[in-house]
Amino acid sequence: MTLLFEGAEWDFAKLDATFRACEEIAVGELGLSVYPSQIEVITSEQMLDAYCSVGMPLMYRHWSFGKRFARDELLYRAGMQNLAYEIVINSNPCIAYLMEENTMTMQALVIAHACFGHGHFFRNNHLFRQWTDADGILDYLAFARRFVAECEDRHGLAEVERILDAAHALQGQGVHRYLRRKWRLSDEEQRARERQKYEDESYNPLWSTVPGNAPPASGNSTVNEARAVLNLPEENLLYLCEKHSPRLRGWERELVRIVRVLAQYFYPQMQTKLSNEGCATAVHYAIMTRLHESGQIGNGSYLEFLASHTAVTRQPTLADANFSGWNPYALGFAVMRDIERICTEPDEEDARWFPAFAGNNDPWGTLRGAWAEYRDESLLRQFLGPKVMRAYRMVNLMDRAADPALVVTEIHDDSGFRRIRSLLADQYDPSRATPLIEATDVDLAGDRSLKLTYSSRHKQRLHDASAKATLAQLQVLWGHKVTLQEIDAESGRVLGEMRAEG
Amino acid sequence: MMIVDRRPNPQGKSLPNRQRFLARVKAQVRRAVADSIDRRRVSDVGADEEVKVRVAGTGEPSFRQAGGADGDYVLPGTGTLNRGDRIPKPQGGGGGRGREGADSGGGEDAFEFTLTREEFLDCFFEELELPRLTRTEIGEAILSKPRRAGYSISGQPTALDVRRTMRNSLARRVALRRPDGDELAAAQQEVEDAVAAGDDSRLAAARTALDLVLRRIARIPFIDPLDVRYARHERVPLPAQDAVMFCLMDVSGSMTEHMKGLAKRFFMLLHLFLERKYERVHVVFIRHTERAQEVDEDTFFRSRETGGTVVSSALTEMLRVQSERFPPSAFNIYVAQASDGDNLHADIAAVTSLMARILPLVRYFAYVETGQGEEERFGIARGLESNLWGTYRAISEGGAPQLAMRRLSELRDVWGVFADLFRKDPLGATP
Repeated sequence: MTLLFEGAEWDFAKLDATFRACEEIAVGELGLSVYPSQIEVITSEQMLDAYCSVGMPLMYRHWSFGKRFARDELLYRAGMQNLAYEIVINSNPCIAYLMEENTMTMQALVIAHACFGHGHFFRNNHLFRQWTDADGILDYLAFARRFVAECEDRHGLAEVERILDAAHALQGQGVHRYLRRKWRLSDEEQRARERQKYEDESYNPLWSTVPGNAPPASGNSTVNEARAVLNLPEENLLYLCEKHSPRLRGWERELVRIVRVLAQYFYPQMQTKLSNEGCATAVHYAIMTRLHESGQIGNGSYLEFLASHTAVTRQPTLADANFSGWNPYALGFAVMRDIERICTEPDEEDARWFPAFAGNNDPWGTLRGAWAEYRDESLLRQFLGPKVMRAYRMVNLMDRAADPALVVTEIHDDSGFRRIRSLLADQYDPSRATPLIEATDVDLAGDRSLKLTYSSRHKQRLHDASAKATLAQLQVLWGHKVTLQEIDAESGRVLGEMRAEG
Repeated sequence: MMIVDRRPNPQGKSLPNRQRFLARVKAQVRRAVADSIDRRRVSDVGADEEVKVRVAGTGEPSFRQAGGADGDYVLPGTGTLNRGDRIPKPQGGGGGRGREGADSGGGEDAFEFTLTREEFLDCFFEELELPRLTRTEIGEAILSKPRRAGYSISGQPTALDVRRTMRNSLARRVALRRPDGDELAAAQQEVEDAVAAGDDSRLAAARTALDLVLRRIARIPFIDPLDVRYARHERVPLPAQDAVMFCLMDVSGSMTEHMKGLAKRFFMLLHLFLERKYERVHVVFIRHTERAQEVDEDTFFRSRETGGTVVSSALTEMLRVQSERFPPSAFNIYVAQASDGDNLHADIAAVTSLMARILPLVRYFAYVETGQGEEERFGIARGLESNLWGTYRAISEGGAPQLAMRRLSELRDVWGVFADLFRKDPLGATP
């Protein structure tokens, strides 16, 4: 076969030829299925732009994106932070950004990684299929941006910012963790418009002059009544505010909804960082190696690819000065490669650990299954093998508040493998990263105050100052007093109570 | 697959976000800007230099777990660790390591960023303006700017309003019942059906009907010249706000380097301010010792001279330039004067009578008296009123709202005094 390209310079013809060569391998040999791709060539400044609006090609306007830009720009200019080589968006068509500064080898790597690796994962993983609507997201973003701009015109920047700030603070609590129904984002704009129309039509100035109801004598609202009316407990606080906040106006509810929809859209990404990157890295490695074997890229390019691949998949040990936790590229890639190996060249240990697929000689079929059906936590639980644990010399450190030292409790030996695997999988459990906070009661008969409950596990407490500031933001949305109670999930003991501050 | 080259797209997509962010941290930006002005040398004010702003308090709160709780962390080890080994906890990490560790602590969200020169100056002169700048005269050079003013039936092709035009076209086509594509297709279909059926009378009727449809289509144009609309603009005249600023600076021997530095810095700010905010402000530089002369900008700021002090000379020179070139009917006249306050005792009467002529002509007369700094700080010179200050105070007390006076003795106060003199509400600026 002839070389697809030589040297570092890229042009559009080369990009096109390389994409086709990658496609042949990805679809033909690896059996991947992806959305149609749209490759966009951008400058580094545009990459910074995209970075700061959470990777989205168009986003509504908010100061926090400007802040991120100001900070990242300085870091980037000072050379303290490298830009990503690519950004890929879970949409149909799947949009992948390539930076113009990349060499042709890097462009090929990025095409293989983003368009085929991430593209396949987005299209096939069950979380993305359930939670995100790739067809609608771009239109929805355009709508969100337009809607926010309209609100800024109608109601002023400060008013809009007040709501967006508050909603942003609660993004982590703006997610339904359990499936209700699939989003059809194309319906969203229609719905928003109807709500606005209804408001405009039903506006009656007469009501604004009627004095409000005198507050009823503070009755003893029972938790059960509130539970029934508001469907409590509710973990999605943004949803609660959008539907039931006594104070929000129609357009404000819509702003809350926009933030909530986007939070929900990103929810699968947080749970699949490791598997997604592992998938993309395994795919780009396979494609680039195939291209080299078939003589479509030269030795020089292949070496350049290997150098950057190795840099990306580097995993410092805990004794290393650069250690900052697990590198999702490294661990993900190692797990995928291990699955591949177990399928084709299993040894006796693998047969014991993975009887279901050891030696089935269908590595890509097995991988596709793993990418489709699992998230990080369950993927590790199912597929992390002793070889990978040994390779990274995994150890478990036990951290007890009373103990001034960390204690090694498990190491990578026969008696430790299963425990290590289970503990590592726990680490990727999303319920560990985001605290479980639910709205448990509203004083319906009295002052309408909202009560939240934080169920603490492993004696984890909330970060005090930031929780109080977040409560203040929630108070903006709810319009009445908000309190939070920290409760130990196991014993039911009350650990503390706080109210809004700052 | 599609490849799109986005590089030619307009840059600065995040500019509106940046502006929102700057508005958010305005107080901190202003402080940084004021600091940076004080640190700079005279010649640097307004020069191309980056201003670094350190901002804090722009944190975005969220519910998160505090560190320090019990936990288990599976990490990549070194291969030398064994069960029961103890590793001291990292300092300040609060227990958690790795993923969790990175999230704990860090509530403070302070970082530095850089202002562009544009942003710097914008922020700098925001909320400042020339007081009492009023419409004086719509002079011969009338300024105007275009404004949207409905639609017209004639205009340049570039101003064609497609939406309006198509709307009219549609309305006319509907009103005149111009057959649309469906109708044409139906008529044609009917002819074909008749041919297929071999029914002659039906064919004749169908042909007539088709003919009628075709004739209607030909007769009623899709877009008629009647439909065409153009966006109309009309030019609205803008009132001319011609203004002139006289900068009077004392450069006599009694002015120390410190005082001259203060005065120059003050005028630099003034110059930058006028250049930035007003396109049509003339600036006249006059410096004086016992003689006064009009000089160009460069000489005014850079050259040195020494001599005695006669303030009336500067005022006379100012009046001369004004009467020659800037009639008060056509110009808003402003004067800014900086001096150490020393003046010949014999000159007081002359100054008073000159000021009586000048003040009715001007919108605003700002007098800045530069002090020695150190002396005042230790209270040595306190209570002593300078010759010129006393003269002006007497005039001011005699009822001259245009006259504003400030003392300036420290470098760090330059910006404050300047901002004070040119604050948006001119009433607040008069002592």
